[in-house]
Amino acid sequence: MNRNKSAKRVLPGFGLTLGYTLFYLSIIVLIPLSALVFKTFTLTWEQFWAAISAPRVLASYRLTFGASFLAALVNLVFGLLIAWVLVRYKFPGKKIVDALVDLPFALPTAVAGISLTALLAGNGWVGQYLEPLGIQLAFKPAGIVIALIFIGLPFVVRTVQPVLEDSEKELEEAATCLGATRWQTFTKVILPSITPALLTGFAMAFARAVGEYGSVIFIAGNMPMVSEITPLIIIGKLEQYDYAGATAVAVVMLIISFILLLVINALQAWQRRKS
Amino acid sequence: MNSLKLKTLLASVALAASGMAAAQNSLLNVSYDVAREFYKDYNTAFVAHYKKTTGQDIKIDQSHAGSSAQARAVNDGLAADVVTMNTTTDVQFLADNGVVAKDWAKKFPNDASPTTSTMLFLVRNGNPKNIKDWEDLIKPGVQVIVVNPKTGGNGRYAYLAAWGAVREKGGTEAQAAEFVGKLYKNVPVLAKGGRDATATFLQRNQGDVLITFESEVVSINREFGAGKVDAIYPSVSVVAENPVAVVERTVAKKGTAQLAKAYLDYLYSEEAQEIAAKHAIRPRSEAVLKKYAGTFKPLKQFTVAKYFGSLTEAQKVHFNDGGQFDKLYTPGAK
Repeated sequence: MNRNKSAKRVLPGFGLTLGYTLFYLSIIVLIPLSALVFKTFTLTWEQFWAAISAPRVLASYRLTFGASFLAALVNLVFGLLIAWVLVRYKFPGKKIVDALVDLPFALPTAVAGISLTALLAGNGWVGQYLEPLGIQLAFKPAGIVIALIFIGLPFVVRTVQPVLEDSEKELEEAATCLGATRWQTFTKVILPSITPALLTGFAMAFARAVGEYGSVIFIAGNMPMVSEITPLIIIGKLEQYDYAGATAVAVVMLIISFILLLVINALQAWQRRKS
Repeated sequence: MNSLKLKTLLASVALAASGMAAAQNSLLNVSYDVAREFYKDYNTAFVAHYKKTTGQDIKIDQSHAGSSAQARAVNDGLAADVVTMNTTTDVQFLADNGVVAKDWAKKFPNDASPTTSTMLFLVRNGNPKNIKDWEDLIKPGVQVIVVNPKTGGNGRYAYLAAWGAVREKGGTEAQAAEFVGKLYKNVPVLAKGGRDATATFLQRNQGDVLITFESEVVSINREFGAGKVDAIYPSVSVVAENPVAVVERTVAKKGTAQLAKAYLDYLYSEEAQEIAAKHAIRPRSEAVLKKYAGTFKPLKQFTVAKYFGSLTEAQKVHFNDGGQFDKLYTPGAK
């Protein structure tokens, strides 16, 4: 870091602000997380391994990460669509639609879970028409995905929206003038500029879904090996006063989530360099 | 900050300070979910009783959530004066950590459980599947809603009741295991807690029969209207004790030991036993039990100690990871 660069900074006090940032992050994030790791130290390596690799626990990882990935993927596609509509079109009630997007942020997730279950169960508004067709959503893994789509929706919309708003229409017009088809304009002009934002939204929706508890347990049915999410395994262990076992599973989730977020970050950086 | 906000802040600080001064006359009862209504009535009765006998005004706060979640909160520092739980393991956990007395079960009559409950079946109005006893639950096509024994005391008692019912009829341990395994094969949804199970059964219309606490039946009739469900008394079921204990750690600090003891003692009075009976919690008092014979239909009961030693041992053998429940119940495993 040379003197020339630091002279250009708008705000003074780099040392102070960085120090404060690290201090604050330590108190809010790092110390609680290290407490989590320390709690697992009461286990021997064999006990730790047994706690995190039981078949039930493995099945719950598959379900939690699989359902979260699927839900984030759905949100990626439809979140982009919603962001596009909100940015590019004018229609009556647009403000309301815009506000609706944020609702899953604000709603207590248990409320979301209970209302979705009421809707999709065999006697619910929607469930009563689906169940005769042999489609059961509530109390099945499909229900979990739906709950996770619900709570993850705002992330993609809210990260892509500002980028779309900033993108210059002239570029698209120029592409059209130069003879590009609509599809070419979309894939060659629009998509590259919003991909980093899309990936960020995807990562956030995914991370949120992995940690989700409230909305899922009501709709999941909670059957071991089938529809039991990892957070429920953790709660189950706590109910047995198995603090160490619960934290062991939590540490595994933490590590997997961290790796996935790193991968997505790397993807984003690669995208930025490319464009 | 404007002056109004500042004033409110100062006022609330002053209030908090006066609250601390009055701490000796206030009591926090940390309890389980479905006891909320019972303790609301009981607290009113106790405050009046205490005023009459000692002339002192007292205030009682209550906190309710899942029984073991509450025990964990108290262990982690929630300043409860007394705990009133629905499973002895939760109080034993606190005793093991030195929060309540080691011999807590001997401090009050009836193993420190002033009331009990039992596990019953709830079926839909008219009992369309004709469910009468435990054997009917393993018939093909019968769907049973029950709480996950890993996450709720309600679920643990349901499991133990089913197991013990086989033993009570002369079955062996192996036959009990087989029966319980078959029963859980008929379970389409494992609820997280007692109230969750009720909602799944009644509001979501899942399953043919719900296994739950007797006391839940009264709440259901109150919430959903009588006649939506029928309570079925199986030939035999388990005694579910509702243990109480003074939290020594808190009362030593706050100086509320006497008040806490008086609060729990009064649970054994005829008046309190009658309040419990009104909430369908089984009183220990024979006289009150007889008076409410309409609510508490006779059924043969066995204690957890008879077949499982204690709930703590049952927990180890049956519900801990890798235990009997895990062996019997893995629906997705091929």
